[in-house]
Amino acid sequence: MTISVAMTVNGKAVSGKVEARTLLVQFLREHLGMTGTHVGCDTSQCGACVVHVDGKSVKSCTILAVQAEGAKVLTIEGLAESADKLHPMQEAFRENHALQCGFCTPGMVMSAIDMVKRHNYQLDEATVRRELEGNLCRCTGYHNIVKAILAAAPAMKSAGV
Amino acid sequence: MTAATGIGARVLRTEDKRFLTGTGRYVDDLPLARATYAYFLRSPHAHAKITSIDISAAAKMPGVVNIFTGKDLVDAKVGGLICGWVVKDKHGQPHKAPAHPVMAVDTVRYVGDTVAMIVANSYDEAKDAAEAIKVDYDVKSATIDLATALDKGATEVHPEAPGNLIYDWEIGVKADVDAAFAKAAHVTKLDLVNNRLIPNAMEPRAAAAEYDKGTGNYTLWSTSQNPHVLRLILSAFVLGIPEHKLRVVAPDVGGGFGSKIFCYADETMVCWAASRVGRPIKWTAERSESFQTDCHGRDHVTHAELALDKDGKFLALKVETIANMGAYLSTFSTAVPTYLYATLLAGQYTTPLIYANVKAALTHTAPVDAYRGAGRPEATFVIESIVSKAAAEMKIDAAELRRMNFIPSTAFPYQTPVALQYDSGNYPPIIDEAMKIADYKGFEARRVEAKSRGKLRGIGFSSYIEACGLAPSQVVGSLGAGVGQWESAQIKFNPTGNVQVMTGAHSHGQGHETTFAQLIHDKLGVPMDQIEIVHGDTATTPFGMGTYGSRSLAVGGSAIVKATEKIIAKGKKVAAHLMEASVADVEFENGTFKVAGTDKSVPLAQVVFAAYVPHNYPHADTEPGMDENAFYDPANFVYPAGTQICELEIDPETGTTEIVAFTAIDDFGNIINPMIVEGQVHGGIVQGVGQALMEGAVYDKGTGQLISGSYMDYTMPRADNFPSFKLGYKTTPCPHNPLGVKGCGEAGAIASPAAVMNAIHNALAPIGVKHVEMPATPLNVWQSIQGAQRQAAE
Repeated sequence: MTISVAMTVNGKAVSGKVEARTLLVQFLREHLGMTGTHVGCDTSQCGACVVHVDGKSVKSCTILAVQAEGAKVLTIEGLAESADKLHPMQEAFRENHALQCGFCTPGMVMSAIDMVKRHNYQLDEATVRRELEGNLCRCTGYHNIVKAILAAAPAMKSAGV
Repeated sequence: MTAATGIGARVLRTEDKRFLTGTGRYVDDLPLARATYAYFLRSPHAHAKITSIDISAAAKMPGVVNIFTGKDLVDAKVGGLICGWVVKDKHGQPHKAPAHPVMAVDTVRYVGDTVAMIVANSYDEAKDAAEAIKVDYDVKSATIDLATALDKGATEVHPEAPGNLIYDWEIGVKADVDAAFAKAAHVTKLDLVNNRLIPNAMEPRAAAAEYDKGTGNYTLWSTSQNPHVLRLILSAFVLGIPEHKLRVVAPDVGGGFGSKIFCYADETMVCWAASRVGRPIKWTAERSESFQTDCHGRDHVTHAELALDKDGKFLALKVETIANMGAYLSTFSTAVPTYLYATLLAGQYTTPLIYANVKAALTHTAPVDAYRGAGRPEATFVIESIVSKAAAEMKIDAAELRRMNFIPSTAFPYQTPVALQYDSGNYPPIIDEAMKIADYKGFEARRVEAKSRGKLRGIGFSSYIEACGLAPSQVVGSLGAGVGQWESAQIKFNPTGNVQVMTGAHSHGQGHETTFAQLIHDKLGVPMDQIEIVHGDTATTPFGMGTYGSRSLAVGGSAIVKATEKIIAKGKKVAAHLMEASVADVEFENGTFKVAGTDKSVPLAQVVFAAYVPHNYPHADTEPGMDENAFYDPANFVYPAGTQICELEIDPETGTTEIVAFTAIDDFGNIINPMIVEGQVHGGIVQGVGQALMEGAVYDKGTGQLISGSYMDYTMPRADNFPSFKLGYKTTPCPHNPLGVKGCGEAGAIASPAAVMNAIHNALAPIGVKHVEMPATPLNVWQSIQGAQRQAAE
């Protein structure tokens, strides 16, 4: 049995027919072909699939597509203003070499943006490290991810994003 | 070139943009029209006879396209998976080589062994159908525990390997070592377990394949670190598809750490089945599947003894190791605990006599093969643990004992007693720098201060060396390798002056697209944005050996340099013709050909254009075009070395360890991009600390169930487990490759377990704890403390 679902993804209205068990990440990847959001585990631990749902970071493997009915979803693909103008968090990741294989990166970036906002653009190293508990990276040793988020916080504030 | 983007510059990565905007293209991301999806039914038992498989109900499930079992492969005469390195035992006999069927036929040998492949219109339908397959298992007893796997009476994993012994191998002369021990003033003994790890690249393994009926060509997309080697194995040994009819593509790959070197059952099946199904097939491992079926790493049980004279000079080292191979021999498994392990047991020291005996054992567990460092972390852990233990026993400062035994800088090239000849190095300045940055002198005061807060503070050293840049083909061939280990490069200029560089190496996070472009920019003066690095596709790149063993720059980068030399040599002929000068007078610098002593010059781009539009051209002795190939076979391994110092605090009430400072000083030879090198070291340190403090693959010793089979059960290092790291470099350029580089990918993971565990032992020694095994989890540390306190009370 299929269910109709409609939501806004990166500012565009989208809809589709899904199974009741279809996860939001499956809807994004398999129905919409938006493969920027990744799946790295099956226990909601790794955070590679983090997107924003109505402004909050959510592991898209942990909610059903139908639960996002009517929601505003933002994925890594919708973050940069244009091909040449990255979001300050994306820019900070690049500047600080906070990614290697790139697989955890979309989830890291989406989590990090939410983290900065929740802390009102003011973060210290210990807070960033603690707040990253829901995101696994096997390449970077986190060192440069922490640096990037600390650098992005003031940049996001001054850019007003 | 410009200093901002050439060799040695901190150039931001070219590849980052696509990864940061969600436009990376990993195997699971591929859109394949009319795709089917595969799911693999895995064995729930560690050891069982398959008495029957009934697929009839499953075949009728919605969406099911095809179901394959081991019998189908037997009928189709598909070969088994291979182990590509023949290790000869101490009697000169090749190792036992039990059959490794792609899918189990009548016996399953580990939890996760592949039993059936279900292909359906969707992944969920394939998975649903798998539940309807009825397999009757006659469950047998299993051998899980490595320490007893070779004991009499242990259940045999394969009849071809009596007593579960794959080989009994040795290096060194035991009698000489025993004689040195007889004269020793002090002998330090150590029993240790090098814990079994699960690699956990963040991208799970995946494969997709399609078959073109019209041409008979197969395309296999795989999360591979070495697509050409995978193709060679599939073609020559397993599937029999001729190499030229099989294209293997490893697109963006989300980390490897060794686990994606090998040829696995699932990707083999996806490729094989593509022609039978007649539609493309996609498969991506679920994380639980990765835990069960990716090759695991490490897993040694070792007894070591170090003989010292009265002053602390090392006289001899004796090591006995049992290494776990798992249930089948994976692609490079046999080489890891022998030629990548025992040959490193000299470390940074002048130990004149070394004997190592390694027994490789089968168990009913997942195959074990190379994992970041592969053998060298195990060797470093043995040496650096026993050296620190000896220092404590003899009441000599741990740094002083190391320094006293370092190979002096004047002794290079240095022939070790375990086959390797170290090419270069200078160890004392490295440890000096590490001690300075870590403020070793101030440690006692910090220990006292920590004690006032109820914390036990410890400091630990690890001075590692590794042999990487794999490898001189003749040497590895003489040791049993089934392949050469050169690397290839092709530099193909386009008429408009931009350039594509095809490398046989593969990047799965290492940043080759940037580092290799820096080489081209530096050597040929081409602007960075005019350079494209192409890798990971057998259809577009020359045959290459791929990326592992910190080889990409030392071997692959050297191949690129060789190819630039050919471009320059040819360019000089063309430039000489254009400038009406003699070739001998033409010089090349910063992208421009010049006639020495004149103001005549012609830029490379113009020479390239002339080569493709050869209207005015030295046709008599020069072919048109600007496209050069090079293969580079190294003269020796490269030998990065360094010292790490870990400082930590233990809360004796909870057993919790907090790393408060971590210093790593490395000699990687010349550095092309320091930003990328630092990233490699950070990641390596964390993987090594993960092994020391939290990670461990745990099988139930009775049933062989993988207890640590998910991120809920297998502790992965997270951001809040670490401080920021302090790094530094001391450089002795490699004397035998054109870039003077040594490789940095594995160093962090090789050294750090010993640094952490030495710090833990240092912290716990004052309260009487003698030995803590890895991983030093809070429970493990707390129990060690309780044990020591009980003993003290008795």
